[in-house]
Amino acid sequence: MVPKSLRVALFATCLTDTFYPGTGRAVVRLLERLGCSVEFPFDQTCCGQMHFNTGYRDHARPLAESYASIFESYDAIITPSGSCAGMVREIHPQLCGGSPATEKTYELSEFLVDVLGVTDVGAWFPHRVTYHPTCHSLRMLGVGDKPLALLRAVRELDLVELPEAESCCGFGGTFAVKNAETSTAMLTDKMTNVLRTEADIVTAGDNSCLMHIGGGLSRMRAGVRPLHLAEILASTEEEPWQALPAIR
Amino acid sequence: MAGTARNPVIWLDTPPFPKAAREALNDVQLRHNLRNATHTIRDRRAKAVGEMPDWEQLRLAGEAIKDDVLAHLDTYLQRLEEQVTARGGVVHWARDAAEANAIVLDLVRETGTDEVVKVKSMATVEIGLNEALEAGGITAIETDLAELIVQLGHDRPSHILVPAIHRNRAEIREIFRREMPDAPPDLTDDPPDLAEAARRHLRRKFLSAKVAISGANFAVAETGSIAVVESEGNGRMCLTLPETLITVMGIEKLVPTWTDLEVFLQLLPRSSTAERMNPYTSVWTGVHPGDGPQAFHLVLIDNGRTNSLADQVGRQALRCIRCSACLNVCPVYERTGGKSYGSVYPGPIGAILTPQLVGDMHDPQAAALPYASSLCGACFEVCPVRINIPEVLTHLRAEAVEAKGKHTPEAVAMAAAAWIFRDPKRFERAQKLGSLARLFARNGKISHLPWPGSKWTDSRDVPAPPEESFRTWWRNNRG
Repeated sequence: MVPKSLRVALFATCLTDTFYPGTGRAVVRLLERLGCSVEFPFDQTCCGQMHFNTGYRDHARPLAESYASIFESYDAIITPSGSCAGMVREIHPQLCGGSPATEKTYELSEFLVDVLGVTDVGAWFPHRVTYHPTCHSLRMLGVGDKPLALLRAVRELDLVELPEAESCCGFGGTFAVKNAETSTAMLTDKMTNVLRTEADIVTAGDNSCLMHIGGGLSRMRAGVRPLHLAEILASTEEEPWQALPAIR
Repeated sequence: MAGTARNPVIWLDTPPFPKAAREALNDVQLRHNLRNATHTIRDRRAKAVGEMPDWEQLRLAGEAIKDDVLAHLDTYLQRLEEQVTARGGVVHWARDAAEANAIVLDLVRETGTDEVVKVKSMATVEIGLNEALEAGGITAIETDLAELIVQLGHDRPSHILVPAIHRNRAEIREIFRREMPDAPPDLTDDPPDLAEAARRHLRRKFLSAKVAISGANFAVAETGSIAVVESEGNGRMCLTLPETLITVMGIEKLVPTWTDLEVFLQLLPRSSTAERMNPYTSVWTGVHPGDGPQAFHLVLIDNGRTNSLADQVGRQALRCIRCSACLNVCPVYERTGGKSYGSVYPGPIGAILTPQLVGDMHDPQAAALPYASSLCGACFEVCPVRINIPEVLTHLRAEAVEAKGKHTPEAVAMAAAAWIFRDPKRFERAQKLGSLARLFARNGKISHLPWPGSKWTDSRDVPAPPEESFRTWWRNNRG
C-alpha cells in the first residue's frame, strides 16, 4: 500500500493539458485507485523541452527554474511523458542546477513499477493493442520493458509485438516541421509496422509521439486509434475506457 | 591564405540538408539500397558486439583514452613528431585544407611522378586533395573498391565505411564499362566478376606507382607508429610497394601508447564491419632501408579541429574513430543517404563534426546540419567511444540560433511561446483561445493549417483541441 503521507503531484505537460485532458484524468484515476492522493499544482506549464531542443536555451531556463520551485515540496512528481521526464531529469540540472524536484520526477510506468512496485494495476481493456516504445523513454530514461509488463497484466488485452518497435516515429519535436519530408518517411515506416500488427490501438508513454503517429494514421483513415498507456491502465470493467468520437 | 578560404569539408554545390534530403527521399533505388544495407550492417554489428561481455568497459576505456589525448593534445603531438622524425620520417603541419594540399602537391612533384595511388582516407576527401592534385597535374587513383566506384562514377561518397552504398551492382557494371579502360567487354554484374575487374585494373597501378597517399586510423605518440585498418589488402599494397608514402592525418587521431591500440582494434572492427578482427592491419614506424617505402611524410592537419577542441561540449566529436555505426542505426541517414549531409562526414557524426570543422554557424549548410536529427539517441547507444551525439546536436543548435539572431520568424514565435509558458495565467488564456480552433475542425481533426503549420498538416492531421483543458477540468471538478 502507498503511505498516505506520500505527496504526489501530477505534471501533466503542456501538450497533454491542452490537447489530451483524458490522459491527465486517467493518470489521476489510476493513481488514486492505487491509493495515492494526487495534487495538480496550477502554476505548472511546460518543461521547456521544445525550446531547449530547438536551440533556445535562454527561453528554456526560466521554465526549468519554475519547475524546480513549483514541485520541490512533493515526494514524487509523475508525468505521462517519457520525453518531458527526460528533459526534467537530464537537462534541467544542466540549465539551473539539480533540485529535489528533478530527482523526484518519474515517468508514469517508472513510478508504478519502481516506486509503487505494481505491474498489475487492476485494469481491463478488451482490445488488440500494440506498444511503441518512445525514444526518450527507451534511451534517455531507460524504462526498458516496464510499460510492457504493465500491459501484459491488463485483463483481456491482446498485446501484439510491434515490428521494428525501437525505430523512431519521426516526430522529434520541431524536426517534424523543419525536416517534414524526412520525418514523414520515418512516420510511414512506423505506420506500416503498426498496421502489420492488425492492432486496433497503438499505445505509448508519450502523447507527443502518439500525436505524430495518430495524425498520420488519421490522415490515412487507417482505423487504428492512438491511446496513451495511462488510459489503458485506468480502464476497468466497472469504468471502461470509452472511445470518444474525436481523434486524439 | 589560411583562414580566409571556405573549408571544403562542405561541398559547395549541395543545398542545405532539408532540401537535399527532400530530393534523396524520392530516389527509389537509393532508398532500397540504403534500407537493405543499413539493416544488414545494423543487425550484424549488434551480434558482433553482443559477443563481448566487456563491451561497456571497452567503450569507457576508448572514451577515457581519447579524452586524455584531447586534454593533452599538444604534448602527444610533439611526442609523435619527435618519434616519427627519429625513425626517419618527416612531419609537416597544415593549418587548413589549402596548406595541406599545397604540402602534398609539392611532395609529389619532388618525386617527379604524375600519378599516385591512394588508400581510402576521409581526411584527404575532407580537404579536397584529389581535386587539388588534379589541378596541379597529378592523377590520384583510389584503390579501395568502393572509393574507386565513386571516383570512376564522378560521384561523391555517401557513407564513411561503404562510400558507394548508394550504388547497386548493375550501376557499378555500367560505371566500370564506361570509365575503366581495361574492363572486360563481357563484364557481368556478378560481384566476383566486378571485384576481379577492379583487382586487375588496380594491380597494374600498384606495380607502377612511385608514390602512395594514405590516411591513418591511429598514430601512436610513444613510438611514432601509424596504423591503417582495412578489408581489401589494397591498403597493404599502397603502404608497402611505392617508394614514397605520404600520410595525411587529422591531429586528433592519436593514441598515447602502443597498448592503447588494443582497445581500439577491438572497438573499431566490431562497430564498423561487424567483424571480430579486420582482415588487414598495417602498422609502420618511420622508414627501414631495403624494406617498404624509403621516404615517409606525415602531414598533420588541423582544418577546424582546434575550433572543436576549444568547445567543451563539442570536442567529444574528436573522439570519433570513423566506424560509421551511428550512420547505420540512424533513422534519418537510413532514408536520406549520406550525400544529403553535403560532406564526406555524413550521418549523426557528420551532423556534429562538419559544422564544427566549418566553425561558422552563419554558413547555412553548417547551420542546418544539427537539425538533421529527431534526437532519437540510437547513435549514442552504439558509439564505441560514447560520443553523446544528441547532447552535441542541441549544443550546436543553440549556436545556430545565436548566429541567426532574434528577428527570424522562428525566433519571434519561440519568444512568444516562452512568454506564454512563463505565466500560468497567460498559458490558460492561450489554451482557451487556442481551443477555438476546434470550430474549424471536421470530425475532430484539422487537416489544413496555414504555413508553417502546413509543414505538419501536409502529411498528418492535428487533433482538434478540446473545449475543456485538463486544468479547467481539474478546477471544475477537483479545485
